[in-house]
Amino acid sequence: MQETLKVSVWRGDGEGGAFQDFRVPAQANQTVLDVVTHIQRELDPTLAYRFACRVGMCGSCAMVVNGRARWTCRTHVRKVVQDGRLELRPLANLPVIRDLATDMAPFFDKWARAKGTFQPKDSADGAVPEEFHVVPPSSAKRQAADAGIECIGCGVCYASCDIVAWNGAYLGPAALNRAWTLVNDVRDGARRDRLDAVAGDAGCHACHSTQSCTERCPKGIDPSGAIAGLKRTLFWGMFGLDR
Amino acid sequence: MSARGQQHLWVAQRVTAMILGVAVVVHLVTILVAVRGGLSAAEIIGRVSGNEAWLMFYAVFALAAGLHGAIGLRGIAAEWLGWRGRRFDLAWLAIGLLTAAFGIRAAAGLYAA
Amino acid sequence: MRIDTRPRSHPTYIAFLVHRISGLLLALFLPLHFWALSRAIQGEAALENFLRWTDNGLVKASETLLVILLAAHLAGGLRVLALEFLGWRSSQKTLVAASAGVSLAAGLLFLLNVG
Ligand code: SF4
Ligand code: SF4
Ligand code: FES
Repeated sequence: MQETLKVSVWRGDGEGGAFQDFRVPAQANQTVLDVVTHIQRELDPTLAYRFACRVGMCGSCAMVVNGRARWTCRTHVRKVVQDGRLELRPLANLPVIRDLATDMAPFFDKWARAKGTFQPKDSADGAVPEEFHVVPPSSAKRQAADAGIECIGCGVCYASCDIVAWNGAYLGPAALNRAWTLVNDVRDGARRDRLDAVAGDAGCHACHSTQSCTERCPKGIDPSGAIAGLKRTLFWGMFGLDR
Repeated sequence: MSARGQQHLWVAQRVTAMILGVAVVVHLVTILVAVRGGLSAAEIIGRVSGNEAWLMFYAVFALAAGLHGAIGLRGIAAEWLGWRGRRFDLAWLAIGLLTAAFGIRAAAGLYAA
Repeated sequence: MRIDTRPRSHPTYIAFLVHRISGLLLALFLPLHFWALSRAIQGEAALENFLRWTDNGLVKASETLLVILLAAHLAGGLRVLALEFLGWRSSQKTLVAASAGVSLAAGLLFLLNVG
């Protein structure tokens, strides 16, 4: 006999909503995204959710699964199921558009506010800056940047951070992690502006090192450590030191 | 307050934390040693009275603790009660300094006893 | 308000909570501590009276609690400083465990000395 999963899915919009229960046939090697897709295709076509790549690259499929934010396309049901049950909610700390789809705009707006775009160094005569091509992979800065560069912008860390919930202006772990990769990019010319943008109560100094972000990041990134790096850089910068 | 000012509060929080890290260990050890066989007024006064080193220690300790506590409360109040802004910041600074003053006064009293 | 513990059960989150709660209680206690001290130091007799008052069981118990809070907050603070200033990362769990150990040890030591 085929086993079934009891799946509670949050249905609603920005105004509110409630859980709706579905029964989904259990399969071997089934991901949480497979379960959601089954519900939408076979049981209720009005269910709203989001995905694209299905292989952990695009960062669009994140949801809260049994209380924890996860990328659903790379999360196997057997790893997270509890007593045959799954509880699915939209990502926390973001406005809900409908059902399991959240509005990621505030999340990416904060990347912009943290100056998360690369600014090439200008040379006076428009020539290629001298150190442009000299970035030894083994240099400490390159390694610090590498540690955070694989972020897929899924928002799992952002949804897991209580400080984002308690302090609406807080830029959050992903934007600050992005800023830290650029602060360590020797080719970047906006270091000073970026460090100014990430200082203070809306920036790195709001982080309390709960490490929820680090604990949950599906890419194994350590945003908490990156934020500590920003604090350190800003601290020694006050004394004109680069550390 | 500007982001720069907020950063300075964070720096003050961490610098006082480092001072307190040392001071609290001294304080705890003193408590553990002093409590052995029961606390007595004569013992405390005998240790602190007329001793500049202990006075300085307690004065720095009280100042660091007062500021550290007030900055910490500021953060908790902002996050859990939504108390934000310049007026609250000034109030917390005043509370921190006032608390420190009380502590320094107590230390001075022991020194003079 | 119901707090969902499922996303908040990792050791470093608990370390944060312990640090915050102990800090909150200590910060509230600090003015009280200074106030009591400055009242008590109106001479040796007054201080002695105050100390004898603290001999009662309830005060003794709360003193023990304060010593534990102080030790816990200190240990948690060392964790934060190590992360922020030394860039410690992977040893986070050990750090949390060590923090708990230190505070417990201090509390026990205090109890032993009182007894
Ligand atoms: S470590 Fe900082 S950024 Fe990460 S979850 Fe905790 S408070 Fe948020
Ligand atoms: S840091 Fe990790 S959890 Fe956060 S957005 Fe990037 S990939 Fe997702
Ligand atoms: S669908 Fe692209 S990361 Fe999951």
